[in-house]
Amino acid sequence: MAIWSSESTDGKELTIKIQGRFDFSAHQEFRDAYEKTKESPGEYVVDMKETTYLDSSALGMLLLLRDHAGGDNSHIKIVNCNPDVKKILTISNFEQLFSIS
Amino acid sequence: MSTAEFQNLRILIADDNDSDRQILQTIVKKQGHQVFAASDGIIAVKLFEEEKPDMVLMDALMPNMDGFEAARRIKAMCGEDIVPIIFLTSLKDASSLADCLDAGGDDFLTKPYNRVILQAKIQAFARMQRLHETVQTQRDEISTHIDHMVREQEVAKAVFDNIAHPGCIDAKNIKYLLSPMAVFNGDMVLAAKKPSGGMYVLLGDFTGHGLPAAIGAMPASETFYGMTKKGFTIEEILKEVNKKLKTILPVGVFCCCCMIDLDFRKSMAKAWIGGLPDIFIYRKETKSIQPISSRHLPLGVLSNEKFNTEIQVLELAEGDRIYLWSDGIHEAENPNGEMFGTERLVQIFKESANPENLFDDIKRGVEEFTQAEDQSDDYTIVEVVMVNHEELDESEAAPGKDVAKSGPQMDWVFTYQLRPPSLRTFNPLPLMTHILMEVPGLRPHSGQLYTILSELYSNALEHGLLGLSSELKHSAHGFADYYRQRTEQIEKLVEETVTIILDHKPTETGGELIISVKDDGPGFDFESKKDNEHRTEGYSGRGIPLIRTLCSSLTYHDRGNHVQVVYPWSYKN
Repeated sequence: MAIWSSESTDGKELTIKIQGRFDFSAHQEFRDAYEKTKESPGEYVVDMKETTYLDSSALGMLLLLRDHAGGDNSHIKIVNCNPDVKKILTISNFEQLFSIS
Repeated sequence: MSTAEFQNLRILIADDNDSDRQILQTIVKKQGHQVFAASDGIIAVKLFEEEKPDMVLMDALMPNMDGFEAARRIKAMCGEDIVPIIFLTSLKDASSLADCLDAGGDDFLTKPYNRVILQAKIQAFARMQRLHETVQTQRDEISTHIDHMVREQEVAKAVFDNIAHPGCIDAKNIKYLLSPMAVFNGDMVLAAKKPSGGMYVLLGDFTGHGLPAAIGAMPASETFYGMTKKGFTIEEILKEVNKKLKTILPVGVFCCCCMIDLDFRKSMAKAWIGGLPDIFIYRKETKSIQPISSRHLPLGVLSNEKFNTEIQVLELAEGDRIYLWSDGIHEAENPNGEMFGTERLVQIFKESANPENLFDDIKRGVEEFTQAEDQSDDYTIVEVVMVNHEELDESEAAPGKDVAKSGPQMDWVFTYQLRPPSLRTFNPLPLMTHILMEVPGLRPHSGQLYTILSELYSNALEHGLLGLSSELKHSAHGFADYYRQRTEQIEKLVEETVTIILDHKPTETGGELIISVKDDGPGFDFESKKDNEHRTEGYSGRGIPLIRTLCSSLTYHDRGNHVQVVYPWSYKN
């Protein structure tokens, strides 16, 4: 498991990439990824291209990100989900809270 | 070597050669250590026992007892503590040196001594000794912590068990698999009989492990059991549990949940699924499975204004089976790291010869797949069978000993009128039941009374005011249609009302309760339908024949928009 984050040049978008299993062990790193930005970006992108698996604590972490990003006013895209990851997000009906592709 | 790391030690020196011993003693003392000297093995062992030195410098060949034997005895005395023994020897051949280590020696030093090497070795072993002590202390601390945690979990589990008592989970139409410590995996199974005779079953799976996962289970189960007893609907209970969890749980902790509302009289069920894998309906007649998918976010995520209580209505037949599970079963891994998955689960249903054994077949299937030696039970399964309501034990609780035989609560009339906003959102049954239960003698009758009230009220609202036809419920997709129409029609109400009148009087042997329910609808021609069979009683649903069996009389009045039942009761001896 590894996590990278990068801000767009204008600082308005933060992309967080998760590689491997996204579970409780990622807790601190995932938090650091969005808490370390000085100014809060308006948009967040969670890139799951290399994410193999997601457990319920990962869902919890996504909710924490959503809360950090402004709750109902947040703009978070979860992109490049593989079918397994997408299924887990769908079962939990997370498309009601995030834009998922 | 920095002086900071230098440590003064207590060192035992054993050598039978007086001059060698004197030389070594002088060197070691000069280096700042305290020395105990022995001239043979026996004295060395005795001195060791008395003085408990930190380290031993031991000559290999000595009279009375040689260094090898002395080393063995000393090591045996030390137990878990490390006391380094360095052999002092003029022996040069490899096998003799190896013997020193075999006897429990940690190192050797050949004569004549080199002061620098001697000092370096003493300090190196002192460092190792300190490291070992640190590891030992930490190990002891960890094991104390674990003991504490286990004890805390036991206490927490006892408290939890008292609150989340299993309800009616042992009813004969339910089978379940739940680890005894499941609460610390975040799993819970709740089941309770409704006052009206049906049953609620809830499977919850909280995020995380340990106490954080267990903590939400308490308010959830307390709410579930408390509200079920008072006759609240599945939607009301879900809403309340969601509200509680949203309030108390931190963001990111939530409860994937499936709640089933079973009505055995009508052979139907309502399901709400949020975040759990598809539940399966096994149809006895076609031997097929129908998966029902989660449509909602888990409990504790959304605020109550956004929380969606929309349920899925399932028409069932006797012998049909419902399967609920946590994702633990789908994610159970075999030694190669593959997951059990949905397809293997479906396969078990296809291959199972006898539906009675399905539950055990699933359990065995998962066990064989994971090849776990200990019954790995981080997954939870529940099977609920749709049975004939008479098969279930519906016996009511015996009346309490302190039942008052008379009193001010025996003779009263209560009128309650609901206007459209209340009709749309409020369920009056818990309140009505609560009022009736103020009459102690009525308490054993709560189930029957709840059934009567709920049938009369839903008839008045759904048929009387909304004009829905109970015929709808006879078709295959009728139930869903029925509930859709109900939602549409109820929005159109303007000023219509439903009035419930409870009239209670004491009698010689107990009391008599008259329940009247009136609505502002057009009514129906009850005179012409009087002689028909109960079943074809057009105006009413299937509930009326049932009510007739529970009451001494059921009569229609006015234009058919007013129904009255008489319910006499007496004290049991």
